[in-house]
Amino acid sequence: MKYVDEFRDPELITKAAEEVRRLADPNRHYRLMEVCGGHTHAIYRFGLKDVLPANIELIHGPGCPVCVLPMGRIDDALSIATDSNVIFAAFGDMMRVPGTHGSPLEHKARGMDVRIVYSPTDAIKLAKMNPQKHVMFFAIGFETTAPSTALTLQRAKAEGLHNFSVFCNHVTIIPAIRAILDSPDMRLDGFIGPGHVSTVIGCRPYEWIARNERKPIVVCGFEPLDLLQSIVMLLTQLKKGEAEVENQYKRVVPWEGNRAALRAMAEIFELRPYFEWRGLGFISQSALRIREPYAEWDAEQRFNVPGIRVTDPKAAQCGEVLKGVLKPAQCKLFGRECTPENPVGALMVSSEGSCAAYYNYEHRKAALVTSLS
Amino acid sequence: MSAADEIEIPTGACHMCLAIPGKVIEVAADDPTSALVDVVGMRRRVNLGLLEDDRPVPGDWVLIHVGFAMSKISEADALDQMRTLEILGECEAAVQEVRGLGLEEIEEKQAP
Repeated sequence: MKYVDEFRDPELITKAAEEVRRLADPNRHYRLMEVCGGHTHAIYRFGLKDVLPANIELIHGPGCPVCVLPMGRIDDALSIATDSNVIFAAFGDMMRVPGTHGSPLEHKARGMDVRIVYSPTDAIKLAKMNPQKHVMFFAIGFETTAPSTALTLQRAKAEGLHNFSVFCNHVTIIPAIRAILDSPDMRLDGFIGPGHVSTVIGCRPYEWIARNERKPIVVCGFEPLDLLQSIVMLLTQLKKGEAEVENQYKRVVPWEGNRAALRAMAEIFELRPYFEWRGLGFISQSALRIREPYAEWDAEQRFNVPGIRVTDPKAAQCGEVLKGVLKPAQCKLFGRECTPENPVGALMVSSEGSCAAYYNYEHRKAALVTSLS
Repeated sequence: MSAADEIEIPTGACHMCLAIPGKVIEVAADDPTSALVDVVGMRRRVNLGLLEDDRPVPGDWVLIHVGFAMSKISEADALDQMRTLEILGECEAAVQEVRGLGLEEIEEKQAP
């Protein structure tokens, strides 16, 4: 395992960790939510929890697109692809995600034409290489990937590519944060804000969290030092009783975001009135659908979609884990019926899901502890 | 089509959420949104359409998500990002991502 001595500057890490301990009021319990699944992954991978004082609790947020996607959406898309004329193209991350009758990978084993793509533009290439077939790209992700899908749709239209469509599952992060803050059993002190999503949306969309909810939020990078510095910034604000939006990840995230990406999204997508999130239920105006001028390239408008709804198994407590009410290991199925090899809930499927991250890393006590103590 | 027919599931991090740094080598003369980019020691076409307000030129470093350059970054930050990927155990995932389906013409060269 590679830990502290391979970090950019172990001394800075040690200093930041000391600063965290100095700022944390021992009489207070801090609940900080990292919104982004990439941060969850990094926190476990780095063993960061072991560096933090026990009264700083990191709650894993809803920012893993695979984890929040309801199973019914996978079923819907797979039902379109039962037509032997359709090629189902998706990111590798989707391949093992269970649908009611199996994952895309299992459908492939039963004869469905399922392909992994690394970029939505690969799906366009597939369509050109298979002119007699229809390629349906299963689009997923927050604002990090939605602009790429938007440009891909622009290109499909511009090139008059008629055997290509997008099954759009793009969601937006702000309504999810709002839903979490509105949830009655949730109490949070502040947010570690998403890094890459903010590259696109910038920092302004978080201002209501600071202004109206009086919670500090710090947009954060993905190195261990970034995470520790962001926690220092949050604790500093909390100590002063402030609530501001701060940008720790300035080297990548401009305050105003990426205007070209936002323009592309605005041209292609509109907000759905509501969308179901796994674990969080229906959230209004929380997802994107393809606008009418691009209807020909919208799989949901082009094909018959059954609109399947699947409730999670009762015993699985994905919702509580997703909202941070329960820790992964407190779920009745964790590590028994539900493992990364045989996931029941989506949080166990993606490596950025908090259950899979917890399962994979929690047992490895990072050398960070020993090298820092 | 052999590469596409046998499915190899990428392991490790969530690919769609990976940000991979690359150095712009050449922008296509006939398409300013298409660039040849050196990524983890390989060269592949990357879409620059999301940076049209601040177009990268050869020599610039960019962060790439799902085949699209999303932001310009400094060389130092690009190298840090590489190191982060390495510590996170995501280098392999990045290489898989760059190789893609074999749909791209990839030039492999010695890693620097």
